[in-house]
Amino acid sequence: MQLSFSQEDERFRTEVADWLAANLAGDFACLKFRGGPGDEHSFAQERKGWEQALADGGWTCVGWPAQHGGRGCSIEQQVIFFEEYARAGAPGRMGHIGEGLAGPTLIAFGTPEQQRRYLPGIRAGTELWCQGYSEPGAGSDLANVKTRARFDAGRNRWVINGQKVWTSLAHEADYCFVIARTDPDSVGHQGLGFFLVAMDQPGIEVRPIRQITGTSEFNEVFFDDAQCDAGDIVGAPGEGWKVAMGLLGFERGVSTLGQQMQFQNELDEVIRIAQENGRARDPVIRQRIAQAHAELKIMRYNSLRMLSGQSESDGSLQREALIYKLFWSSWHRQLGELAIDVCGQQGQLLKAAPYELTRLQSLFLFVRSDTLYGGSNQIQRNIIAERGLGMPCEPRLRA
Amino acid sequence: MQFRFTDEQQMIRDTAASFFADRSGSAAVREAMATDTGYDPQLWQRLCQDLCLHATTIPDAAGGMGLGYVELVAVMEQMGRYLVCSPFFATVCQAVPAVLRTATGAQAVPWLERILAGQTATLAWIGREQPGCAAVSAEYEPTDAGYRLSGEYHFVVDGHSADLLILAARRPGTSGRYGVSLFAIDAKAAEDAGIERVWTPTLDQTRHLARIRLDGLRLDAAACLGSQGMAGAALGEVLQLATVALAAEQMGGAQQVQDMAVAYTGERQQFGRPIASFQAIKHKAADMMLRTEVARSACYYAACIADEAWRGGVLAGELAEAAAIAKSYCSDAFFSNAAEALQLHGGVGFTWEYDVHLYFKRAKASGLMLGDASEHRETLAAQLLDGGKTACS
Repeated sequence: MQLSFSQEDERFRTEVADWLAANLAGDFACLKFRGGPGDEHSFAQERKGWEQALADGGWTCVGWPAQHGGRGCSIEQQVIFFEEYARAGAPGRMGHIGEGLAGPTLIAFGTPEQQRRYLPGIRAGTELWCQGYSEPGAGSDLANVKTRARFDAGRNRWVINGQKVWTSLAHEADYCFVIARTDPDSVGHQGLGFFLVAMDQPGIEVRPIRQITGTSEFNEVFFDDAQCDAGDIVGAPGEGWKVAMGLLGFERGVSTLGQQMQFQNELDEVIRIAQENGRARDPVIRQRIAQAHAELKIMRYNSLRMLSGQSESDGSLQREALIYKLFWSSWHRQLGELAIDVCGQQGQLLKAAPYELTRLQSLFLFVRSDTLYGGSNQIQRNIIAERGLGMPCEPRLRA
Repeated sequence: MQFRFTDEQQMIRDTAASFFADRSGSAAVREAMATDTGYDPQLWQRLCQDLCLHATTIPDAAGGMGLGYVELVAVMEQMGRYLVCSPFFATVCQAVPAVLRTATGAQAVPWLERILAGQTATLAWIGREQPGCAAVSAEYEPTDAGYRLSGEYHFVVDGHSADLLILAARRPGTSGRYGVSLFAIDAKAAEDAGIERVWTPTLDQTRHLARIRLDGLRLDAAACLGSQGMAGAALGEVLQLATVALAAEQMGGAQQVQDMAVAYTGERQQFGRPIASFQAIKHKAADMMLRTEVARSACYYAACIADEAWRGGVLAGELAEAAAIAKSYCSDAFFSNAAEALQLHGGVGFTWEYDVHLYFKRAKASGLMLGDASEHRETLAAQLLDGGKTACS
């Protein structure tokens, strides 16, 4: 066990930092520290341009294997890349769903043809993706998906009907990966398929959801005879749950470290304000800031444990990975509360009417979603108890 | 960068775990804690002779194993799990680094040899209630033949039973880190020369503490480790290293009470099903696992930093911060887990018969030792908010 990076890795760090310093300038300078959670609606056009600039520099998909167009970076180099990216204040990625979720899923489960068709657009930063999982009746109970996919043999296409919800970036995305029921008589995890669906077609309507922040990152997506090719199903009909669950594993990857550097930027701002307005002398605020700092630092090493992959003796998902979502989401929610408390009554004042939020107000409100999406804290605790601790499941009732 | 145990480190951890599982069960702990010394001398001798764990951090050249803090943390984690009553913490986590960080090479040899031979040792420094160097209040005065020491020490781990004592004292009129020296003495030889050692009964029965009083104790010049009056900074570092080791012991305890709670709730039937199947129970257990795993990440981080400090690596300067992070988190995590474990055991958790209370008491006692959680957080706050140092190091 040792923490320092090799000289070669430190050279790589310099290369990343230099590239970012040189390129996050000019037209892109306005993107610094923008587009993160709670701010994803900002500068959409400029950030699409930034995706392509990144791709031209060879800085998209750094962790993908070279044969799929990635940079083939080691874990250490990926850690360094995401750290330097966030340290430079480079903007929230619009391509992260393609790069972090759709791409790895296709690399793991897709056919060579699907890989040839979809991976280059992700790598080039020209094709953006969104994720069609949750539905009005399938939130915590994700397997209760009602959206249907019917194979039309005459046209040799899949036809999809139903509704997805909480779909971030749906209004900007070119493609959506959708889980839908291929067997209309099935229930639960059985009978699902995993589809790759183009967003620009008559059968798809995207309606933004106005959130607690007044802004809209999330959407409802309606499928009314939406279509995709016969070859746009990943895995066989009925294997959709397996593919979808495999994908969830990719969410615990290296990009968590980039997310933590954003957290660090937020905490640094809280500290700066506390020092400026004198709250840094309040003993309770001091304790809360110190605790936030300590736990963020531990979070980094928890991620490095996940990435170093010391597998459990029984081969199950690593314990530090099981608790990770509950850990960071709870931490971030507390940071949001601390951010407003540090501002004092000043924290009430909007930047402008009708409802323009400061960065910390936006943080305060937006973090409430962290403990809800991607498996709420309550669902996380069920998963931890059942899979991590082997405790019995609740008796389930099915109509 | 490699943030996982090597095969050798894994082996040390597993060896320690199976040894303690075998020899430090409930009956053994209860027997040991009721003795005057507070530990079973046979277990200590086995730990030294069969496993050589006492030699973990003593350099090869001095006859030790020459390992570092990652290995020591791996051992301490297992000690915490099995609530091992042992002079290990006082000897290996306090006295050994105190000798190695302050004594000249020639001075260190006889003391390390005695420890390698199985003698026990401890470090005494707390003269007042505040921990840290500022708390040293015993004083030394140079004499023609050496030194004369007077003063009191509180909360000395195994202080009534240790064979060797490392005593911190300051030159009259100094404060803080200045003017502090460490003196090494043979406790029995000094008994008639002005030293009084008394066991002080404590809430936590599994770790015995003592009060030591010096009344003009006369020592040879050679008893002073290193240069006179120059040990303050080294003592601070030794205490930070000990803090990391203690945090690992707390993390092991947090793991064990979690395991006990999960096992008990899986067996206990109410309403026709194991109570572990109720979400009200499962969610508490999940929170316990979160705290244990986060504590583990904190300890492994702190272990790597302590190892760097021990070997003079590039990250050595982060030791104070790492120790504060690990100890603040692990203190809260162990106590919360022990309290939840007690709750999940229901009525039997309140009995003397079940072991939960032993961990519950150890959790509070360890939490208060070497700086409690809020004290360590204040250390971090001062660094973050008052020193102008950025949060990102």
